[in-house]
Amino acid sequence: MNPTNEYLAVRPEAGEAPPPSPWGLLRLRQQLETGLPLTPRPYETLAEHSGLSEGEVINAIRQWQAQGLIKRLGLVVRHRTLGYTSNAMVVWDIPDNRVRDVGRVMAGSPIVTLCYRRPRRLPDWPYNLFCMIHGISRERVLTQLGKLIREQQLERFPHSVLFSSKAYKQRGGCYVGHD
Amino acid sequence: MKPDSTDRQLIDLYQRNLPLSERPFLEMARTLGISEAEVIRRLQSLQERQVITRVGPVFEHSRAGASLLAAVAAPEQQMDLVAARISRAPGVNHNYAREHTYNLWFVMTAPDEDTLQDRLRHLEHQLQLPILQLPMTEGYHIDLGFEIDWEALP
Repeated sequence: MNPTNEYLAVRPEAGEAPPPSPWGLLRLRQQLETGLPLTPRPYETLAEHSGLSEGEVINAIRQWQAQGLIKRLGLVVRHRTLGYTSNAMVVWDIPDNRVRDVGRVMAGSPIVTLCYRRPRRLPDWPYNLFCMIHGISRERVLTQLGKLIREQQLERFPHSVLFSSKAYKQRGGCYVGHD
Repeated sequence: MKPDSTDRQLIDLYQRNLPLSERPFLEMARTLGISEAEVIRRLQSLQERQVITRVGPVFEHSRAGASLLAAVAAPEQQMDLVAARISRAPGVNHNYAREHTYNLWFVMTAPDEDTLQDRLRHLEHQLQLPILQLPMTEGYHIDLGFEIDWEALP
């Protein structure tokens, strides 16, 4: 199944209602890239622009959340503006048979904002676990990382810290239609 | 202008679980003890001040089309030029300089895997630099929004 089509698998609100229009759902999906309109009835505004009803919009968003297509619905904070100017990508070389367990524990740390497994690319790139730490200064990030290493006994795993020195481009993904 | 205590509450309470009802901002207003109009005005202001990029859904991108993290090792004196080319390439939505031999890191997206590979090949050809391709194979983090440590901020 084409990944985009996952968004079309929305059941009608009530048993007898007709299924929502696929084009309407795709238009809704695209409009949501830029967030909710800040009107008293944002879902109605989205409905007007996508050719669905307000109920269909709410129903679709609820089901996309339940299916995991939407991770969360809420304020998307720009950390840099608030003073979180230091962000480090920490990459680790963890034995393949341990990486899942280590990754799950690492993801549970409140200082870790993302945690993914990725393939090694030997010989250039030996690291298979990535996590992101956002902080207000380089020193603070390094202190937090030191604490994480001690608490989770990560001393024996080689790692490297890649601080970001410049953001050239930063925006939400666009997957439907354009680009 | 720094977020005041009501702004902070909005951020702390609603990085997730924004109400899915006909009047979501009214529901939020009741929780915060302010008016619906004030919630909307504050959200607009937070957006204008770029404290938030938007109010809305965060999509699970690994399931919405194809994407991957990629890196190149650009010669130090050409970094800005190479970065500009990467930023202009179709499907690139994040592009950062990082302190490493692989000094430019970006996320490339596409509607499907074939298009993604085409875009990468094209960019590689254009840059004349090998691209390190690092797709996500497993995600361990559940995105609940990032708890802001207000006290620690400058």
